[in-house]
Amino acid sequence: MRYLPLTDTDRADMLAKVGVDTIDELFADIPEKARLKGLVDLPRRASEMQVERQLSAMAAKNTPASSVPFFVGAGAYKHHVPATVDHLIQRSEFLTSYTPYQPEITQGTLHYLFEFQTQVARLTDMEVANASMYDGSTGTGEAVLMAHRVTKRKKAVLSGGLHPQYREVVEGLSNMADDQVVSLPADPTGTEDILAQIDDETSCVVVQSPSFYGQIIDLKPIAEKAHEKGALLIAVFTEVVSLGLIEAPGTQGADIVVGEGQSIGNGLNFGGPYVGLFATRQKYIRQMPGRLCGETVDAEGKRGFVLTLSTREQHIRRDKATSNICTNSGLCCLAFTIHMSLLGQKGLGKLARINHANAVSLKKQLAAVPGVEVLNKAYFNEFTVKLPKSANDVVEALAAKGILAGVPVSRLVPGKAELENLLVVAATEVNTDEDRAAFAAALKEVLA
Amino acid sequence: MSLNNQGRPTHVGEVGDSFRPTTFTGNRGLDMEEPLIFEFGRLDNTGVDLDEPESFESELGGHERTNELGLPGLAEPEAMRHYVRLSRNNYAIDSGLYPLGSCTMKHNPRLNEKMARLPGFGDIHPLQPASTVPGALELIDELAHWLMVTTGTSAVAMSPKAGAHGELCGMMAIKAAHTANGRKPEIVLVPESAHGTNPATAALLGYKVVAIDAKDDGTVDLDALKTTIAKHEGNIAGIMLTNPNTCGLFERDVMTIADLIHEAGGYFYCDGANFNAIVGKARPGDLGVDAMHINLHKTFSTPHGGGGPGSGPVVLSDRLAPYAPLPFIRKTDAGLELVETDAQTKGDEKPFGRMTAFHGQMGMYVRALSYMMSHGSDGLKQASEDAVLNANYVRVGLQDIMSLPFGERPCMHEVLFDDSFLKDTGVTTLDFAKAMIDEGYHPMTMYFPLVVHGAMLIEPTESESRAALDLFVATMRDLVLSAKRGETERFAGAPYLAPRRRLDETGAARKPILKWTEPAPAEVTPVAAE
Repeated sequence: MRYLPLTDTDRADMLAKVGVDTIDELFADIPEKARLKGLVDLPRRASEMQVERQLSAMAAKNTPASSVPFFVGAGAYKHHVPATVDHLIQRSEFLTSYTPYQPEITQGTLHYLFEFQTQVARLTDMEVANASMYDGSTGTGEAVLMAHRVTKRKKAVLSGGLHPQYREVVEGLSNMADDQVVSLPADPTGTEDILAQIDDETSCVVVQSPSFYGQIIDLKPIAEKAHEKGALLIAVFTEVVSLGLIEAPGTQGADIVVGEGQSIGNGLNFGGPYVGLFATRQKYIRQMPGRLCGETVDAEGKRGFVLTLSTREQHIRRDKATSNICTNSGLCCLAFTIHMSLLGQKGLGKLARINHANAVSLKKQLAAVPGVEVLNKAYFNEFTVKLPKSANDVVEALAAKGILAGVPVSRLVPGKAELENLLVVAATEVNTDEDRAAFAAALKEVLA
Repeated sequence: MSLNNQGRPTHVGEVGDSFRPTTFTGNRGLDMEEPLIFEFGRLDNTGVDLDEPESFESELGGHERTNELGLPGLAEPEAMRHYVRLSRNNYAIDSGLYPLGSCTMKHNPRLNEKMARLPGFGDIHPLQPASTVPGALELIDELAHWLMVTTGTSAVAMSPKAGAHGELCGMMAIKAAHTANGRKPEIVLVPESAHGTNPATAALLGYKVVAIDAKDDGTVDLDALKTTIAKHEGNIAGIMLTNPNTCGLFERDVMTIADLIHEAGGYFYCDGANFNAIVGKARPGDLGVDAMHINLHKTFSTPHGGGGPGSGPVVLSDRLAPYAPLPFIRKTDAGLELVETDAQTKGDEKPFGRMTAFHGQMGMYVRALSYMMSHGSDGLKQASEDAVLNANYVRVGLQDIMSLPFGERPCMHEVLFDDSFLKDTGVTTLDFAKAMIDEGYHPMTMYFPLVVHGAMLIEPTESESRAALDLFVATMRDLVLSAKRGETERFAGAPYLAPRRRLDETGAARKPILKWTEPAPAEVTPVAAE
């Protein structure tokens, strides 16, 4: 087997040195009746060529985003990632290293984590950011638990503009922990009255902007009301590119900012691995979940970086830890950091303007299709359209025409008549004029 | 003009070999000091060529960002050089033996990377129509099949994002099952040798954690377990047990433990972090396990990536299978169906909820399946055997001069030493580990598990050749003898030869600096007028 260096001669010599006759003697602690006598019922070993052939055949059955006009978003976005990023993250020294628990020989990882934390803090306009969560949805769950610790209250209020699957993650965790959740109904128009839901028992208000429906939400009044009631504002985003153009949640008074960082540096990967961004105020750092990288000096006074404040973490505090998280999204952070370093504020600003301009152009073209109504006034690169028939049927019909048109809201929130015809559509820099024209023309045909 | 016909001087120079220059740059040959991007990048530069949109009209509704981002940009060659230089300060499996016990630093085949980057896997969206991704569903289903067959179970929740997330998923399924059965037990039993994630997970779900003592041989004390169960009769939700355990030992009484827990009305959660020792040798389902997460980034070789991403699918017993979270794939006569919402559930499917947006770590699934297919049933078994053989080979190479807390018995895939062999040497486990760095090794896991003093947990994995192990053992012996000879200097200040000396972790925690800030401008000393 090509991954195993020991030869049969090695094995025989080593068994003799260990002092046993057969390898099975080393497995003698396994109860006799549970020991497997033969091989498990799976195919035998395969060459690199055989594996490649089989997996490529599976991959070939799927329609990659790059192969068609592509407008699917709703929490994951198709962006162009520079070739440099994928090359660098495959450097052995990054790819095959462990969590930097031995800082003397993992300054490479720690150094980029420090850059990552700084980038995230600046993007969100917050004081501190951690070294990542699994993704935006699990980060949101952790943010709610953190708010409960900070406020010593147990009730979270979730906006109807929060990604439905993020909502389900928070609800699942809260139900299990016997915490209270108030989930507002789906809010495609961005007009819900969330202020009325905030009371003296509220631990936190969770608001996504741009929302699942693409609506940009003014967070300032929500932050004010939350603070007045002693609650925290958790601001969520799924499209980090938006921060290049719209006002940062930190500027608007958010206490915890959590988001999905996939758009920068990371591919679609059918939903994972992604990278959760998590930032908060300095005064709450000891209640934060996840790893933190901090600056220090070594014995010779040279600057270096270490994982720090680990007394919050499970490997030290066990059942008193702020979270059970251990592994996070290290390599996805690296991809994010490199892509963001290439962009800089200059590139990110341009990228964000291109995204917005493409969305504006697409909105105009779709709005011109008879029967289509756009629900957004303010949006970044994603908006919701109301169709004259089932959005799901329309998406399937468009897929048959080779256009991946967006996400029917009913796929995530089924069984609600008022949502049945809503379609969430995203536009990014990868879309061309021809893509948008093809989408509008095909939609016209399908709706005719 | 005349030709230089002397050639290039070839002598080695005349300065003594003890001279070490203090360099202007602080670099030492190939060891480069590298600044942060914020210290050398420029705010008006970018390494991505993008054209401003032809026309720009804002429909942002007056929510434009007005404050500056403060993010420097790097031209492509600058970025390339910066991150390549940083990478050179990292230890990695590809550069040396990485014996971190419990972490399983095995070879990461590059075929897996290539497969995960096929556009049909890497460039598909989790919410594009399921009809456009049948191959993705097929891949997930196929990996699920391999995981179920190797574990002897009939269900698997694929979506958890890492090991600890898998633990959470398994314990949520257990809690859901209790609730469905009208029970509300409050206690989860966790042996003291457990990973910190176990008690943290149980506590996250509101469970009270009760510790179970170990016997002198490092395995669960059955009598203590029985007493504890009796004391909390009717209130036991389950046990979280790592097997093989974190002392590198297989719990011989595991089937009895399973029976005891089941009789007490609880479920058996197995932490599968060490499944790599027994793949193809025994199946957790046959041992009475109800739920076990599998760290695809340990057992099935997906890269650790400097701390993630991981992936932690959870196999489930028939009793827990109905509660598996959304999403899942259902096999029907018509093919594979993706079930994403409660509205799509049928029959006894009662998902407890959802662990994450979308479908889990697809990129890791591809890598793990590529690894499993490459090995096949025979190779997977061989890998477990080699891992265990390698660990025992290290054990017998060191047991006469280091100290085994549980006697000279065979271990599984990792061997645990304690620090009693360092007694009176003035060298601590930490010092010893740091001296290994100077020898070109990543230290083993230290001070874990908590059940032995000054723990050193060595896991060589099956990826090491006999020659590599021989050199490792010889190096460790040299270090041990050196410590015993009282050569404390070699240890107390170690590492001397790494990119950094020991770092001040106490200072870092006392006054946390968690991001870069612009240094205050240096005060200018006024020059007195002449």
